[in-house]
Amino acid sequence: MPAILLDKPFNPWDEIQAFQQDQLQSGHYGATTSFVGTMRDFNIDDSVSHMTLEHYPAMTQHFLDKLCLQCNERYALDDCLIIHRFGDIRPGEPIVLTAAWSAHRAPSFDACRFLMEELKSHAPFWKKEITENGERWVHNDQKSDEQ
Amino acid sequence: MSITVQFFASLREQVGKQQTTLDYESPTNVLTVWSRASDGTTMPDNTLCAINMEYVKPDTMVADGDEVAFFPPVTGG
Repeated sequence: MPAILLDKPFNPWDEIQAFQQDQLQSGHYGATTSFVGTMRDFNIDDSVSHMTLEHYPAMTQHFLDKLCLQCNERYALDDCLIIHRFGDIRPGEPIVLTAAWSAHRAPSFDACRFLMEELKSHAPFWKKEITENGERWVHNDQKSDEQ
Repeated sequence: MSITVQFFASLREQVGKQQTTLDYESPTNVLTVWSRASDGTTMPDNTLCAINMEYVKPDTMVADGDEVAFFPPVTGG
């Protein structure tokens, strides 16, 4: 049930495959649900060249580790996975991966959504976008920012 | 008692510092720590507070060695 923070690009599909091979028992799970959040090159009618994702390192790791534990306790899962970027991110690069594995589909669907909603509401990350009009912090009341 | 204070994101820019250490001789709470660490700046309404990596309310008391953090609403994912 790992939560991984990365400061460089990652391939979510390779990570899912590697996790399945290394951490899960083949044939034991029947459902895999994943969510990948990817950076756009626009937001609120502006072009965005890149962004910096700041975080509170110790609290972020603590929060995401705890979230994985809560998710495994709440749903009947084989396991779950969170990978989240920080630092400088370019359009088209994945920002976040949440994934959940279970015997049947309902727990994996529900768990994947739970991970993502909790993460977006409480994990201490902050996006700063760099646009042609300068830098700006993203606010969580900017609906167009929703993934 | 000694308290470490950290500011993140827009609050770090607003207050003009990332980290500071404060000493107290009597019990105090998070809001009072904010006031002193930010040189009297009014705490924005949507400020989130944490002690030792756990979310707390501004009236929570702090203890010796605590790390108190202040930051705006989160925007990850």
